[in-house]
Amino acid sequence: MDVFKSFRSPSGGETRVLDDIDLDIRRGEFFSLLGPSGCGKTTLLRILAGFEQPDAGQVIIGGQDMTGVPPHLRNVNTVFQSYALFPHLSVQDNVAFGLKMKGVPAAQARTRVMQALERVRIADFASRRPDQLSGGQRQRVALARAIVNEPQVLLLDEPLSALDLKLRKELQVELANLQESLGMTFVFVTHDQEEALVMSDRIAVMNRGRVEQLGRAEELYERPRTAFVANFLGSSNLIEGTVLSVDGKGATVQTVHGPLRTTHGEGLRPGQNVTLSVRPEKLRMERDDETEGNEIRATVDDIVYTGAENQYLLRAGGQQLVVFQLNADIGADEDFDYEEQVALYLPPDNLVVLEEA
Amino acid sequence: MIRRTHPALSVWAWLVYAFLYLPIIVLVVFSFNDSRFGATWAGFTTKWYGVLFARADVREALTNTLTVAVVSTLISTVLGTLVGLGLWRYTLRFRTALTGLLVLPIVIPDVVMGVSLLMFYAFVRSGLERLGWTFDNGFWTVLLAHVTFQISYVALTVRSRLAGYGPELEEAARDLGATGLRSFTHVVLPLALPGVLAGALLAFTLSLDDFVVTYFTSGSGFSTLPVLIYTNVKRGVTPDINALSALLVLVTVVAIVAANALLRPRRQP
Repeated sequence: MDVFKSFRSPSGGETRVLDDIDLDIRRGEFFSLLGPSGCGKTTLLRILAGFEQPDAGQVIIGGQDMTGVPPHLRNVNTVFQSYALFPHLSVQDNVAFGLKMKGVPAAQARTRVMQALERVRIADFASRRPDQLSGGQRQRVALARAIVNEPQVLLLDEPLSALDLKLRKELQVELANLQESLGMTFVFVTHDQEEALVMSDRIAVMNRGRVEQLGRAEELYERPRTAFVANFLGSSNLIEGTVLSVDGKGATVQTVHGPLRTTHGEGLRPGQNVTLSVRPEKLRMERDDETEGNEIRATVDDIVYTGAENQYLLRAGGQQLVVFQLNADIGADEDFDYEEQVALYLPPDNLVVLEEA
Repeated sequence: MIRRTHPALSVWAWLVYAFLYLPIIVLVVFSFNDSRFGATWAGFTTKWYGVLFARADVREALTNTLTVAVVSTLISTVLGTLVGLGLWRYTLRFRTALTGLLVLPIVIPDVVMGVSLLMFYAFVRSGLERLGWTFDNGFWTVLLAHVTFQISYVALTVRSRLAGYGPELEEAARDLGATGLRSFTHVVLPLALPGVLAGALLAFTLSLDDFVVTYFTSGSGFSTLPVLIYTNVKRGVTPDINALSALLVLVTVVAIVAANALLRPRRQP
């Protein structure tokens, strides 16, 4: 897949909604498109479904060029954000709709419908109407209605966003299991980074119509390439600086906090301006005064208790840094106080060098 | 919690309803009055209904009324449904204005509608005469006049029936392999159908008992029941006209009740 898409803005000018998207989604993988609202992820999904056409580029599904092919001729099904169940049809007629349109014999269709309903554990409600179901149940019906057609690709447009948190977490696990047992390619659109991390084999993080970074959850989290990815997936401390020296084991970067070592020196040259990113939970606060390497002095500004962890807001070198410390009562130092002076250790391996935006 | 109403409020409500319905009740009662002349009760009879249907002018007006009502309802239902679907489906630039323009024929005084149509027909006629054609006011002018105000009612009932259903239902149908036509026949039409039927029934009753617009556009020699009633009443109220009016009321009430049943609020999806 390799597409461009522009929309005309109301003022008459053109806005690029999708710009140079080049994605290769693998057969049988759980692939997520993650990004804030307006980043183009839903438009991309609609291009895959055939509801929108790209202005340039190609959509290839299962080796076949599907560019310009209308939705009803694509072997692709969608689970809509609003479920879009047909209100005048019973649950089983909803699920049977796709098979009926394809002319599958009634008896065979009935078996497949029941199998699909059992698969998503909603078979008891087969003869109900959609308006007699709860949100979670409707979600399951929408899922059954799509998978019963055995599509090459299943598209899911924020299908869990209308559900409450607990149900959403349950369905995340179920959905991931379902995908695994079906072996079907899932393309999942979400703005919820946690959802994407939990469920996906691979994630494409999108921003302003572009793919910022593509990779496995762990890669994206541990090695964000841009400031956007670093902040959209979890939170990050960003520190700007200039490369002092590069050697075989990494690089030294001059920052407002003094020189900092990073083990990620590939492709850097001295004198270059860079941004370093470090996750709040990777930082270590200490009380002793000796400064070893990669330590900076900081003052506790604010403390937020969130249950599982304490979040410290620190002041250092005119910058605010965030540190998460697990509330484990073991290993780590005891709690710190407001306005306390601390030494903050930044592990060189966790200082990631971002690409200049 | 059930609140008891103040007794005075009940009395007031009964008065309001009496004010609304007493004239109609009197009309219906006197259609069974065994007296040639109006206001005194002289026993029960159904003979006026017989007398009524024996009159050739009544039978002709009845045929005219039903023909106009049925044909105009068919035309306006098709056109009005298309308008309603269009307003639902497309994000049109002037959607609010277009919807407003649909309401206009409903709120505009009938007299104005009647006069404007009369003038319009005269205008068209003078244009056609230059080409050597002409037509008289009669069945066709009345038919078209009725269609003009019926379309609005149908379009608005269809539109409001579909309000709350998003365009993603059509997309879902397409996504599941339905062609454009089949997504219309299998999804959109079944959803709109109660609105279409209710709109048709409304349109039918409106045509059935329209007097003003018909009076202006019918010309001489073509008469519907309401117009016939009016011309007869000018010579004094007779029991057979009471009977005729009672029948019109009956048909209208049945149609309206049916339309309301179709538009019963559905449970939210």
